[in-house]
Amino acid sequence: MTALSIIVNGAKVDAEIEDRTLLVHFLREHLRLTGAHVGCDTSQCGACVVHVDGRPMKSCTMFAVQADGSDIVTIEGLAKGGLHPVQAAFQEHHGLQCGFCTPGMVMTAVDLLRRNPDPDETEIRHALEGNICRCTGYLNIIKAIRAVATPGAAPPPG
Amino acid sequence: MYTANFRYSRPKTLAEAEALFHAGVDAKYLAGGQTLIPTMKARLAAPSDLIDLSRLPGLSFMREESNALIIGAGTCHADVAASPVVKKAIPALADLAGGIGDTAVRHRGTLGGSVANNDPAADYPAALIALGATVKTTRRVILAEDFFTGMFATALEPSEIVTEVSFPTPSRAAYVKFRNPASRYAMVGVFVAKRTDGVRVAITGAGHSVFRVPEMEAALAKNFTPAAIAGIAISSDGLNGDLFGSAEYRAHLVTVMAKRAVAAALV
Ligand SMILES: Cc1cc2nc3c(=O)[nH]c(=O)nc-3n(C[C@H](O)[C@H](O)[C@H](O)COP(=O)(O)OP(=O)(O)OC[C@H]3O[C@@H](n4cnc5c(N)ncnc54)[C@H](O)[C@@H]3O)c2cc1C
Ligand code: FES
Ligand code: FES
Repeated sequence: MTALSIIVNGAKVDAEIEDRTLLVHFLREHLRLTGAHVGCDTSQCGACVVHVDGRPMKSCTMFAVQADGSDIVTIEGLAKGGLHPVQAAFQEHHGLQCGFCTPGMVMTAVDLLRRNPDPDETEIRHALEGNICRCTGYLNIIKAIRAVATPGAAPPPG
Repeated sequence: MYTANFRYSRPKTLAEAEALFHAGVDAKYLAGGQTLIPTMKARLAAPSDLIDLSRLPGLSFMREESNALIIGAGTCHADVAASPVVKKAIPALADLAGGIGDTAVRHRGTLGGSVANNDPAADYPAALIALGATVKTTRRVILAEDFFTGMFATALEPSEIVTEVSFPTPSRAAYVKFRNPASRYAMVGVFVAKRTDGVRVAITGAGHSVFRVPEMEAALAKNFTPAAIAGIAISSDGLNGDLFGSAEYRAHLVTVMAKRAVAAALV
């Protein structure tokens, strides 16, 4: 058992956990934040993507103890008062069907738009390579992300 | 899915990490975990102790020094791909890092973990061999040529830690890979580098470990064009054959991808 102290969606969390607890299990089973999904458990599908210190990571491929001291944002932490613009765009453009892949898709898309506010289709497809969707055929996901892009915006420096 | 139990520790210095390693029964270092954790989840590995190197200070950096680019072992693939320093010194290396796995894997997987693991289909080993890189560890400096010793095998001693890799800057270079569309690992990846002392062609994905193609290197030293190597076929003996492609297919891909790499290096 190891002590863990992290911030999840803005709130401080202290816990004592088994060292082998994966971050996704800690979020889902200990904190009952079931937004991050376990789709494959083989590090392929991206349904479990959350942001750790501002970087997208597969929470199934990281031990919770490794996140000690980190600031984590899950899909539950995106909406503030209303849906996050990326969530709203997925709804508007029908970027989901069953919704299983959606939390990971949205978290990856939010990260992409932060680094590259005006991605073209090729860049969006490249960014989503680790997020597998069995339903949509991806087209509407790409449409949704394009819809929240800021035309002509340059990536932030650094 | 749960791994077997282990004891986790997060040392603050390299010396402490090595001491913890020696104190464990069957200890393993953990960097980005993008190879080790899936392996542990599949119960193909069950180390007694995991020594987390991912927060060790001073292992994540990129800097240019007299005709070389030095990258810390703890630098993640996404940082290499996005780095202005890397893009200026060796753009082919930034391209390579940007094509590893996927976005999330690139934000966690590290250079040190990739070279220490020496997966036969990993991308970085091709860059190290083609560029004539040197690997610095907690104990010594090892030429890339001597570092990669076989399938998933390196010259590292059990507790030795890779700290940085130094890549001499080439005059031209490019990396192209034919990706397995599902895993995105290289079916065949070719790194071509033109240097003051000649040309190097390093192949990953095709064999048990990264290898060079001397016939192509000699032809390209005389004439650095795709046409110069179009007629050079490599033998399929000893190459990897699996459900994704036969050894003959991979041998064919080597020439195809090498031509593309030379063309890309000329742009
Ligand atoms: C879905 C997916 C797709 C991928 N696709 C690709 C791809 O296309 N191309 C590619 O090249 N790779 C790919 N990878 C692998 C990825 O690049 C890994 O990040 C890399 O192979 C290992 O780096 P790591 O930092 O994650 O190491 P870990 O998994 O933490 O460690 C790997 C091994 O190296 C040892 N180790 C780690 N750091 C050091 C060090 N500094 N000194 C000594 N030993 C050390 C560990 O003990 C362990 O044995 C993929 C991985 C996944 C999950
Ligand atoms: S559950 Fe994490 S990548 Fe599929
Ligand atoms: S909407 Fe069903 S998996 Fe993507």
